[in-house]
Amino acid sequence: MHKVIIPVGPQHPALKEPENFMITLSGEKILKFSARLGYNHRGIEKACEERTYIQDVYLTERICGICSHSHSTCFVQAVEEIAALEVPKRALYIRTLVAELERVHSHLLWLGVAGHEVGFDTLLMYTWRDREVVMDILAMLTGNRVNYGINTIGGVRRDITPEQSKEVAKATNTLEERTKYYIQIATKETTLIKRLSGVGVLSHDDAIRLGAVGPTARASSVDRDVRRDDPYAAYGELKFKVITDNHNDVYGRTLVRMGELMESYSMIRQLLKNMPEGPIAVKAPRKIPAGEAVSRYEAPRGEDVHYVKSNGSEKPERVKVRAPTLANIQTVAKMLEDRQLADLPIVIAAIDPCFSCTDRLTVIKEAGVRKNKVMSWEDLHDYSIGWYRERGIDFAGLNKKLTRMLK
Amino acid sequence: MLIALFNILIFPGFIFLTLFGWIAEYIDRKLCARLQNRMGPPWFQPFADFVKLVSKEEIIPEEANPTMFKLMPVLALTATVTAFFYIPLWGKSALFAFNGDLIVVLYLLTIPTLTYFLGGWYSTSLYSKIGAVRSLTQLFAYEVPLLLSILAPALLANTWSLSEMAAFYGTHHWYWLFNLLGFAISIIALLGKLEKVPFDIPEAETEIVAGTFTEYSGRLLGLFRLSIDIEAIVGSALLAAVFMPFGLGLPPVVGFALFILKVLFIICLLSILRTVFARLRIDQMMTFCWKYVSPFAFLQLLINLVLKGIIVK
Repeated sequence: MHKVIIPVGPQHPALKEPENFMITLSGEKILKFSARLGYNHRGIEKACEERTYIQDVYLTERICGICSHSHSTCFVQAVEEIAALEVPKRALYIRTLVAELERVHSHLLWLGVAGHEVGFDTLLMYTWRDREVVMDILAMLTGNRVNYGINTIGGVRRDITPEQSKEVAKATNTLEERTKYYIQIATKETTLIKRLSGVGVLSHDDAIRLGAVGPTARASSVDRDVRRDDPYAAYGELKFKVITDNHNDVYGRTLVRMGELMESYSMIRQLLKNMPEGPIAVKAPRKIPAGEAVSRYEAPRGEDVHYVKSNGSEKPERVKVRAPTLANIQTVAKMLEDRQLADLPIVIAAIDPCFSCTDRLTVIKEAGVRKNKVMSWEDLHDYSIGWYRERGIDFAGLNKKLTRMLK
Repeated sequence: MLIALFNILIFPGFIFLTLFGWIAEYIDRKLCARLQNRMGPPWFQPFADFVKLVSKEEIIPEEANPTMFKLMPVLALTATVTAFFYIPLWGKSALFAFNGDLIVVLYLLTIPTLTYFLGGWYSTSLYSKIGAVRSLTQLFAYEVPLLLSILAPALLANTWSLSEMAAFYGTHHWYWLFNLLGFAISIIALLGKLEKVPFDIPEAETEIVAGTFTEYSGRLLGLFRLSIDIEAIVGSALLAAVFMPFGLGLPPVVGFALFILKVLFIICLLSILRTVFARLRIDQMMTFCWKYVSPFAFLQLLINLVLKGIIVK
């Protein structure tokens, strides 16, 4: 077959969010890969500047549909640092508990998606069924399945009762048992291993050079984890291992995520056992004093960074979000070098991408295609009328009618 | 004349095959769903799907060749239905039989794959073209083991006719036990032929949307899906006739029930297999078929050659 360029996305069954990959193929072999983001820009950073800090907590929670708690915690930590708030210990423990439960739900979701991408739908059905257990626990603790709304500036909004912690412990046991079964599947099932091992290889040096984060980096034996390197919330008081792997491929990433699940269960047990007594929040001022802070957080997908600058008013002056996928997306082109088309979905899925969180683009530069220019409101209006007129749709009559009606 | 028409159109022809195909699809989907811990569809789902597709608009791509695009589903359907007439069902003889009908059945069962290729190629979409090339590549991988594994029992029976094979195994009751290895191989090959997991490479949805069928819609897609259902029945019936030739020549009702059971057994086997595996890559599938499946098919052939020299004289 001669060379063809096939588009994957913005609408494609392999992708759960709109983004576009142009793949140059020769037969089944991938010659060139280029990614284009920007279909999902929602202007969240700007929206944050227009709202008060307390509203922003709920807005940042909606950056991601899966690691929602990560973004809101990251934002809240930055604001608390600027305002120099002493967050009660119990609040930190509850935050960490929800964070680890979220990691469990995210990694189980990933395993199912990975199974689906390699055509192993049975794994998808099984993991997503078991994921319901942790979703129910999250709904019981916070009232919601995805956007928990548990964070507030200065603490958390809901306390955890002894009955609830018993339920969580029970669910953790069930999940641990199921995860052991999935580890067995991932390490024993031949067709699955054939599709995962040796695919999407990212060497240790490349992972560091391209700035990979999270499980993607740890599977290339880059020993990096914010939870241990720069402890936040209650992580400083927990005992856990940072899981790394030297397979450097999708199989390694699977093992890292499964290992992290097991670590998460042990962390949840420690949190429940050592949960201190006390208040769950301190009162935060409505106006945050001037200052700036960078906050780091180990989301299920990797390191999440928020930058917040305040000017002493009740609204932040600038909020900047760097989602983990932005750090990882560059590695995909490297992983796909000389691979086959069939490996494309699983290699993209292996970084656990979340494109909606990543989209911070406002201008797309295409070299040599068009010049960037600033358009005023009137220009834009004329441009749209011209655009429709070119296609044989004329609003002139309608416009007159509208003006008459308005008069 | 009237009886021939009845045979072709109603029983055991088109209508019977359609109904049985839908029932088999339902059983396949329900079993797969239960194995995956899902509810699965209601019993009339395949029929409802067909009615929905038939009542929908047909969209033919501007660039596509309309004649070829429309012809392919019909060709696939007729080829599979025709193949069914040469397979002995519960009697010792098929509806039509001549010496060499074994090859004709295998040939007719190859036509659907060719129509997937041509249909995909003529719809000119990139996804369809890649799917089309993949289905043809896959054909070369599974067709050889399938032919070899079906040839082995024929060799033992010393005939090229399916009906004569049935007659041979009818008189030599336990000889079918020699062909169990061939049965396993032909089940694997049938998975490839029906494009099911782990060999659903030509229609891998996460890579190339729906492969060959990406551009097909409405009635044409309905016919394609019907022909896949019927192909599953015909393929299973062929395997049942060749590898499970016991209980032939029973009274009609009991024999018919046994035939249905045999076919459903193979359908269930296929759907269990498609539940427990991940999809292979096309190169892995080629290696698997040529490195492991084909040699075992040759081994079966060798076993039957030796047996023929020793026992059957």
